[in-house]
Amino acid sequence: MIAEFGLVCLWLAAALAGLQLVAGLLGLRTGWEGLAVLTRPAALLQALLCLVSFLTLVVLFARTDLSVALVAANSHSAKPLIFKLSGTWGNHEGSMLLWVTVMSVAGGLIASVERRLPERTMLATLGAQAFVGLGFYAFLLFASNPFERLASAPPEGNGLNPLLQDIGLAFHPPTLYIGYVGLSVAFSFVVGALLTRQVTPDFAKAMRPWVLGAWMFLTVGITAGSYWAYYELGWGGWWFWDPTENASLMPWLAATALLHSASVLAARDALRAWTVMLGVIAFSMSMVGTFLVRSGILTSVHAFAVDPERGGFILALLAINIGMALALFATRAGTVAEGERFSVFSREGALVINNVALSAILGVVLLGTLYPLLTEAFDVRVSVGPPYFNPVTAIFALPMLLVVAVGPLLRWRGDNLARVRLPVILLAVLGLAVLLGVWLASDVGLLPLLGFAVAAVVVVGSLLPLKGRNLLRLPLATWGMVVAHFGVGIALFGMAADTAFQTERLVAADVGDVIEVGPWTARLESVAPVAGPNWTALEAAIGVRHGDGAETMTHPQARSFWSPPTETSEVSLVTRWNGQLYVALGDQAQDGRWQLRLWWKPFVTWIWYGGLLIALGGALALVGRVVTDVRRRRATSLIARRRDTAEVAA
Amino acid sequence: MNRLRLFLWGLVAAALALFGLFAYQLSQPKDEFIQSAMIGKTIPPFDLRPAVEGLPGLSSADLADGQPKLVNVFASWCIPCRVEAPQLEALRRSGAPIVAIAIRDRPEDLAQFFATYGNPFSAVGADDVSAVQLSIGSSGVPETFVVDGRGVIRYQHIGEIRPEHVALLQAKLAEAGMGAGA
Repeated sequence: MIAEFGLVCLWLAAALAGLQLVAGLLGLRTGWEGLAVLTRPAALLQALLCLVSFLTLVVLFARTDLSVALVAANSHSAKPLIFKLSGTWGNHEGSMLLWVTVMSVAGGLIASVERRLPERTMLATLGAQAFVGLGFYAFLLFASNPFERLASAPPEGNGLNPLLQDIGLAFHPPTLYIGYVGLSVAFSFVVGALLTRQVTPDFAKAMRPWVLGAWMFLTVGITAGSYWAYYELGWGGWWFWDPTENASLMPWLAATALLHSASVLAARDALRAWTVMLGVIAFSMSMVGTFLVRSGILTSVHAFAVDPERGGFILALLAINIGMALALFATRAGTVAEGERFSVFSREGALVINNVALSAILGVVLLGTLYPLLTEAFDVRVSVGPPYFNPVTAIFALPMLLVVAVGPLLRWRGDNLARVRLPVILLAVLGLAVLLGVWLASDVGLLPLLGFAVAAVVVVGSLLPLKGRNLLRLPLATWGMVVAHFGVGIALFGMAADTAFQTERLVAADVGDVIEVGPWTARLESVAPVAGPNWTALEAAIGVRHGDGAETMTHPQARSFWSPPTETSEVSLVTRWNGQLYVALGDQAQDGRWQLRLWWKPFVTWIWYGGLLIALGGALALVGRVVTDVRRRRATSLIARRRDTAEVAA
Repeated sequence: MNRLRLFLWGLVAAALALFGLFAYQLSQPKDEFIQSAMIGKTIPPFDLRPAVEGLPGLSSADLADGQPKLVNVFASWCIPCRVEAPQLEALRRSGAPIVAIAIRDRPEDLAQFFATYGNPFSAVGADDVSAVQLSIGSSGVPETFVVDGRGVIRYQHIGEIRPEHVALLQAKLAEAGMGAGA
C-alpha cells in the first residue's frame, strides 16, 4: 500500500501544480483576482505532498520492499542502511523525483517567505515555477514512475553500483540537485518579472538570496564530486572534462555570472538585460546538463544505458521551457530598458568583463561538450579532451581572474586610475615577481606557471578591499565576497601546484620493497585478504614516511563486490598541510609481485579547500543579505505601526 | 534596443538549432551499429610515423604480416587508458602482440606515460588528426581491435579493458588465428 500512497501524493501534487499555474497566471487578469488567492496555498500544499511522496520512496528503500520495481533493480538487503537510503536517488526515477521535490519545496518557500516583490510579479513567478514543475511531474508520472510494482517480488535485489556505495557520493547528488533546481527559482523570477514588466532593483534583491543559495550548493556539489572522482575512481586526477562534470560546471558558470550581475542590478539598476539573460541561461544549463547525462546521447560510446523515449521527453521539456523563456525575453526586450549608465572604468565595468568572460568560458565548455555530437551528425567522429579544454578555458579564465583582483577596489559608476594606481602596481609587481621566480626556479609548463602568478595576484587582491575598513563593522556580504575570491586564488594555486609538481610511481613490488616518490618513502609490509558486509578485498599494509618523519601505515584495497560483481580500488590517502600522498593497490603479477601506484600531489587538497572557501563566501553573503532583509522588514513594520498609533491618537 | 532584440532572436534560433541537433541524435541508431560496421573488413591503407622515440611507427602493412595482433587506440591524456595499462600488460605477458595508435599526442607526453604506466606496445603510430582512428571505425579512446594476420578487423572492444575482459580478448585473438599458423 505504501508505494500506492506515494504515487497518489505525487498525482495530487501534480494536480496542485496545475492549480498553481492556472491561479497564478489567470490571477494576473483583471476580474480574476479572486482566483489569485489560491496560488500560495496551492504552492505550499504541493510542496508538502511532493515531499511526502519522496519520503515514501525513501521508506521503501529503507525496508528493501522488493515488490517495487525500482527497489528490486537498485537495492539489496545486504547493503548498509545508509546506502539503502542513498539508493533512493542513485537511479534515474528516484533522482527525477528528488528533482521535482526540490523544485516544489523551493516553490513553497518562495510562496511563504518572499514579501519584497509586487504581488502581480509574485503570482507570475509562482505560475512560471508551476509551469516548469508540471513538465517534470508529467515526465515522472508518464515515463519514469518510481512507484511501479512488480507482478511478483524477486527473492533478492540487484544491488547498487559499488562505485556509488560511498559516503561522499551518497550526499553528492542531492547537493548538486538542490543547486541545479534552485536555479529554477531564478528562472521563474525572471519569467515573472518579464511577464509583468518589472525588471527592477527590487526584483534583483528578491532573486539574489535564491541564486546565492543554489550557487552555494552547486559549488559544494562540484567540489565534492571532484574529490569523489579523485579518490574513488583511483585515477588520481581531480577534473576530467567528462560530460557529466561539464554538465555541473556549466550551470555553475552561468550562476556565478548571474550572481554578480544581479548585484549590479540590485545596487545600481544597471545590467538588466544581462541579469535576465543569465537567469534564463543558468537554469537552461541545469536542464541541458540533466538531459545530456540522463538521455545518454553523449556518453553512449562508453557503455551507459540509452533510453531514447526518456531522452525525447526531457528534450521536449527543454525546448518548451528554454524556447518560451527566450522568446518571451525577445518580445519584451523593449521593457528591459538600458538602465543606469556607467563608465567603462568602474565597478560595473569590471563586472561586465566578468560576465563576458564567464559566458565565454561557458560557451567554450558547451562547445567542447557538444562538439562530438555535432560532428557525429556529419559522420565525423572526434573526442574532445583536456588538450582543448585546458588552454582554451584558461585564455578567458586567467585574464578574468586578474579583473577579480582589481574589480572590487573600483567605485561604482566611474573611477579614475590614479585612485587605485598603488594597489594595481603592487599586484602587477607581485604577479610578475611570482612569474619570474617560478620560471627561474623550476621547469613547469606555461599554464601552471601563469596559474601561480594569477593565484598570487588573486589571493592578495582579494584581501585588499579589507584595507582601511573596520573589520568588525564590515557587512557580512562583503566578507562573503572577500572569502570567496580568496578561495578562488587558493583553488587556482592548488591546481597549478598539482599540475606542475606531482610525482607518480607505478611499480611492481615484493613484500619488503621500498619505493621512493617525491619526499616520501614507502615500504610494502604485507598483502592480506579482508572482508566487509558485501565485499571482499585484498588489503595491502604499506608504511609510508615523509622525509625523516614518523612512519604511518596505509591500507589501500583492491575490492570485489559480489552484487553486482564489480572491482573497485579503495585508495589510501595521507594528508599533510602541503599535499597528499595517494596510494593505490593494483593486481598481482604472475611472478607474485604487487602492482602499486603512488602519487605525491603537492597542495592538491588546496583545490578543494578553495572550493569550500568559495561556498563559505556564498554562505556568509547569503546570511548577510537575509539578516539585513529581516531587519529592514522589522523596521518598516515598526514605523508603520507607530504611524498607525499616531494617526489613531490624532 | 533593436540590437538586443536581434541578439535574443538569434539566441532563440541557436537554441532551436541545438534542440534540433539533440532530436536528430536521439533518433539515430546508437554506436553499437556503427562499431560493428568495420568488423570483417580490411583495414584501409595507412602509414603512421613513430609516435615516440625508440619504437617503430605503424602502417597497414604491419597489420597484414601473417600474425594476428591487438591494436590499441589510446592517448596519454586519456584517463581510462591509464586504468587499462595493467590489463594490456597481462595480455602482452600472455603472448599477445600489441601495437598502438596514439591519438593527438606528443612524444614527451607519451614517454612520460610509458615511464609511469609501462609500455606493452611493440610499435606506436602517431595519428595527429584522428584520421586513421576514424577510418577503422573507432570513435573514442581507449578502444582495442583484434586484427587477424591478413589485416582484417575481427573484433572491436570499446572503452577500457577491465580485468574481466582479458580472457575474452585472448579468445578473440585465438579465433583470429593466433598460435594456429606458428
